[in-house]
Order: sequence, then structure tokens, then C-alpha cells
Amino acid sequence: MKAYFGGLIGWIDARFPLMRLWNEHFAHYYAPKNFNFWYFFGSLALLVLIIQIVTGIFLTMHYKPDAELAFASLEYIRRDVPLGWLIQYMHSTGASFFFIVVYLHMFRGIMYGSFKAPRELIWLLGMFLYMALMAEAFMGYLLPWGNMSYWGAQVIVNLFSTIPWVGPDIAIWLRGDFAVSDATLTRFFALHVSAIPLAILALVMLHIMALHEVGSNNPDGVEIKKHKDADGKPLDGVPFHPYYTVKDIWGSIAFLFLFALVVFFAPEMGGYFLEPDNFTPANPLLTPEHIVPVWYFTPFYSILRAIPDPQFGALAMLLSILVLFFLPWIDRNPVRSVRYRSQLYKLNLLLFVVTFAVLGYLGFNAPTALYSELALRFGEWYFLFFIALWFFSRPRRNIERLVSLAVVLGLISLYDVVRMEPGHEMLVFLGWLMPAAFVTVMFLGSGIEKLGRDLPVPDRVTE
Amino acid sequence: MKRTLLLAALCLGLTGPAFAAGGAELPGYQVVVDLTNRASLQRGAKYFMNYCLGCHSVKYSRYSRVGEDLGLDMEMVKDNLIFTGQRVSERMEIAMAPDEAERWFGASPPDLSMIARQKGATYIYQYLMTFYADEDRPWGVNNWRFPYTTMPHVLWREQGLQQAEWKEVENGNGEKKPVIAGLTLESPGLKTPEEYQQLVVDITSFLVYVSEPARLTRESVGTWVLFFLLVLGGFAYFLKREYWQDIH
Repeated sequence: MKAYFGGLIGWIDARFPLMRLWNEHFAHYYAPKNFNFWYFFGSLALLVLIIQIVTGIFLTMHYKPDAELAFASLEYIRRDVPLGWLIQYMHSTGASFFFIVVYLHMFRGIMYGSFKAPRELIWLLGMFLYMALMAEAFMGYLLPWGNMSYWGAQVIVNLFSTIPWVGPDIAIWLRGDFAVSDATLTRFFALHVSAIPLAILALVMLHIMALHEVGSNNPDGVEIKKHKDADGKPLDGVPFHPYYTVKDIWGSIAFLFLFALVVFFAPEMGGYFLEPDNFTPANPLLTPEHIVPVWYFTPFYSILRAIPDPQFGALAMLLSILVLFFLPWIDRNPVRSVRYRSQLYKLNLLLFVVTFAVLGYLGFNAPTALYSELALRFGEWYFLFFIALWFFSRPRRNIERLVSLAVVLGLISLYDVVRMEPGHEMLVFLGWLMPAAFVTVMFLGSGIEKLGRDLPVPDRVTE
Repeated sequence: MKRTLLLAALCLGLTGPAFAAGGAELPGYQVVVDLTNRASLQRGAKYFMNYCLGCHSVKYSRYSRVGEDLGLDMEMVKDNLIFTGQRVSERMEIAMAPDEAERWFGASPPDLSMIARQKGATYIYQYLMTFYADEDRPWGVNNWRFPYTTMPHVLWREQGLQQAEWKEVENGNGEKKPVIAGLTLESPGLKTPEEYQQLVVDITSFLVYVSEPARLTRESVGTWVLFFLLVLGGFAYFLKREYWQDIH
């Protein structure tokens, strides 16, 4: 067998570095042996990308990018194309699962400090991937030309018109018209099926190349390259192939099981993956009762709405995404993994997860007075997570604790005074307790040895 | 089947229903749609073609597809379900012009291809169950589920006419406002209330089916896919365990 293929591979190897690539990225790529559950999501993201590309190709064969025909062509795919419903549900479910997988993948990176030196570039490339994915999802969402597609695009494109001076012109340039129309649909289609997928594929390649250059981090956040055997192989590493190929195959099938559960039994996912209003054709004269983005955008949508002024709201939303890019330079603490970080760091991370989920929930619901206040407060917690990360970067002196507390609390209180409206004093004051409690616990609590001290990091991986 | 339902329930349970159509929910009127009841779907198709298709198109569906899915041969479809002289392979469209319809009714009757996905089965059921007599409306009827609807009560011969009973309810500002307490059947129709309810269930089921024809097969296909993945997953798990047992 080996000899038989050996001739062919030898022939190729004389002309193309086939075995070298295979060895570099699979057979001789040593990954830490202690990967846990959280390390499935990288390969799963690749799997979803492949699902999206393959189903997308088949959808493109039947879809008509034309405002007159688009909605009907979607129904044609669901009803008349053999297994078209399956392809379409796989693609729409795939979009949501892409974000589930990517959010868990990013959380893994934050939790185990995978963004820290020497892996900053992997994180940055990943963030560009995330931005490309958001653009891809947003433009793809317009293509069914349902009413929610239409109004969602209208709202998001209008965000650009909040840019001072040039905003309205940029919005017109993006739409190709004064309102979302056929011109918008065709350009979004072009970007969705060619430009952005190409960018995503290129970024995925760079992301993986950068990863394989420095090697994977692991749940303990220790460098496995520090301890090598006589052959120069990491003692705590195993070759990616076969160990992680067989493990990822198992993970992929488990994932596909959950995926199939949604595709076949709940493709609408109770209105979260496919929104009821999107089964009505786009209608510029009929605004849906609540315009809600798909669930993966709602946390940021909450932050946008939390500030009444549209320009500052859009700015806050932009910042909430941009701040993630700077994570490697915000959190400078040399301890990577959450396992060996302080109790307060763990609390901070936990609250961040809660905050993201609550913001997502609030983004789904109509902004009542209470919900708007909550969105603002959780929005503040969102940004305070990063401030606390910066604060925990190194041991702090008492004076730093007090100054940080005073500055942050002062700014938040100042904004509350500026925005205060008669009749809302109680709500604003109760809300103020949220960020106040947060900074008090995080900044002052770090002075308590038990809460604020990081733990010693082991030399080798545990388990 | 039970397992499929359980799985579906698990899936939905993760999120729960988040959206409801506008207007009041009527807890007294609940419907269970059973798409495996083919006789009900066939009756629903018959009622729909007779009572609804005059004004409401189902333009994304074809007669032939409905026939195939509901187990009717094409001759039966041609003889019993098509009243417009269309061919069985054509889409279920109507002759009424939208602008004229708007002049006659005040609003053009919407296409019903997707109505169950837009508003849900409960909405359709409640809408068809809760027409009541109202002299102030152009067609002499109003609707509890969708107040001031412009549609006449097409099924009044079958149901008869219902009368609304009113009660006063205090709203948030301390004003008293009349709301409907319930509906009573004033003059009976050709069908008993039970028969009429079944008729509405049949039409509702048909509309649920026609909004997503794939639903008749996707759950059974899905069960096989899950079974396959379960077996494959078992092999993959033991393969992984075999490789990993000498690590650590």
C-alpha cells in the first residue's frame, strides 16, 4: 500500500511540497495533549464554513438576486427544488451555528489567555475574521428579501449616516440608492457570494498559519515548547495527526447531531433563527412592529440603543467591537489561563458572560424605560470588563486603586447627571448602583490578598 | 414518532416562543395541528379551494404538489379542487385584480402561502372561530382576534352567527372600557359547533402544511439522519478512545 502510493507521492513531492505541508500542519505539528472541550470550536468553525460554502453554492444555482424575484425564488427553493428545503435550512441554521461556534471559540481564547504574547497576531486575524463574518451574515440576511431583511438592512445602513459630515453620502454609496432597493440587493449578493467569502478564506489561512508558527496555547496556559525530549519533541505535546484528527472527527459528529436536530426539527428555532416577519416579502411601506436583528447581533444592538443620541450610540457600538481588537494590549497580566488567575478575575469573566447574554436578551425586546436603563448599565459593565482586565494586569498600589475608582465612578456619575430627566431619579439611582458595585468590588477588592492574588502557574501541563 | 416529538420539544424548549402576532391572544381558543392526519389535510384542502381560493391566492404552491403530498391522484385534483380551468402543474393563483379587490374590500386579500409561518396556526384558528355580528361593519361582522377586519365571514352559513357579550374593564388610567367577554351562537348554521370547529381545524392544518410542504417529510428524514450520526458518532468515539488510551 505504502509503496504503491509512495511512487505517486514521490512524484508529487519532487514538484510540490506535499509531504512537507502535511507534516508541518498535521503529522509533525505538536499540539498540547491537554486540550479540553473548549478546543473543539476551532475545527468546528472550519466545518461550519465548509457547510456554508457548499450549501451556498447550491443556493446560488437557484436564487435570483432581483428585488422582484428574490422572495419568490427562496420559496421556489424551499418547495420546488429537490431537497432545496434542506440546503436552505442548513444554510440559515449554519449562519446561527457559525456565531455560536465563533463566540465559544473567542471565549475560549479570552478564558485561557490565548491572545497573549506571542499569539497577538492570531487574535487580531481572528478579530478580522469575526468582522468579516458579521459583514457576511448581515449581507446574506438581506438576500431572502423578506420584510425583516429589508428593514434590518435599512437600520444598519442608516448607522453609517450618523458619521459626521460624510455619513449620509456614505449610506447612499453603500445602498446605491436613497433607500434599500434592488441596487442594494444586487451589490450585497455580489459581496456575499464572492468578495467576503474570499476574504474569509484568506483570513482563515493566515489565522492557521500564524497559529502553527507559534503553536497552540492550552487550558493551563503554559508553553509546551519549554520542555522537549531528546528528539526535540515537546514532552506535553502529541502530533496533531492522528490524535487530534480522530478527536475532532468525534467532535464534528457530535456537533452535526445538534446541527441536524435544529435543521430537521426546529429550523425556525422558535423565531430566533428564521424570524416570522421575514416570511412576508419586503415592503417599504410596512414597518414591522419591532425591528430586531438576528440574535447574534442583539448584544451590540442593545449597546447602540442604550444611548439615546444616535451618534454616540453608534460610536458606543463601534467601540464595543473595536475594544476586542486591543485585548492583547489591555490584559498584560503574564498569567494566561483563568485557572491560575485571581478570584476577582474569575468573577469579572463570569460577569462578562452574563452581561453579553443579558445584552443579547435586551436587544430582542422593545426598549421600555426599565429595559433601556438596564441596557445602559449592562453596557457599562461590558466596557468595565475591559477596564478591570487592564487593572488586573499587574499588582496595584492602594493609590492606584483609589484613583481608578474615583475616575471611573466619576465619569459614570457625570453621565448620569447630564442625562437625568425628572421622574426617572429612582431608576437612575438604582441603576447607578450596578457600575458602582462593580468598580468597588473589583478595584478595592483587589487589595484583599485572597481575592486579588494570582496563583502560581505550574511548569508543565496538568492532567 | 414520540422520540421525534421529544427531540423537537427539547429544541424549542431551549428558546421558548418569543414572538406573537399583534392583537389579543384568546386563551379560550387553542388548536392542535396534526399533519399526520391526512384525511384532515384533504378536507382542509377541499374547504380551502371552495371557500378561500376565490379571493386568497396560494401563489407559491402548485395544485400538483398539493395532490401529491395529500395522496390525491391528478384526476381527482383536476375534477374536485380546480375551479378555474387551470392545469394541475400551475400555481394556485386567483383572477381577482388586487386594485379592484382593494376598492371592494378596503384591503386586497393577502396571499396565504406563508400565513402559518407569519402568524402561526393559533392565529388562523382563532381568526376563523371568532367572527361575530356587528351592525357597524360593512359586512355586518367583526372579529375578536383581528378587530375591524375587512374580510366578510365567508363561513357564516356553516357556523351561523355569533353574538358578542361585553363587559367593562378598568384600564390603567381608571377609565372603564367595554371588552368582549365571550361569544355565543345566536343563530345556528348548517354545522353543529363541533363540526364547525373541526372544519376550522382542517383549514388551519391545510394552511400549516401549505406554508411549508417539506414539513411532511423533514422530521422523518431527520430521524434517520440522527440515527446515522448516532451510529457514526459511536464508531468515532471508540476510535478516538483507542488512539488516546496511551496518552497521559
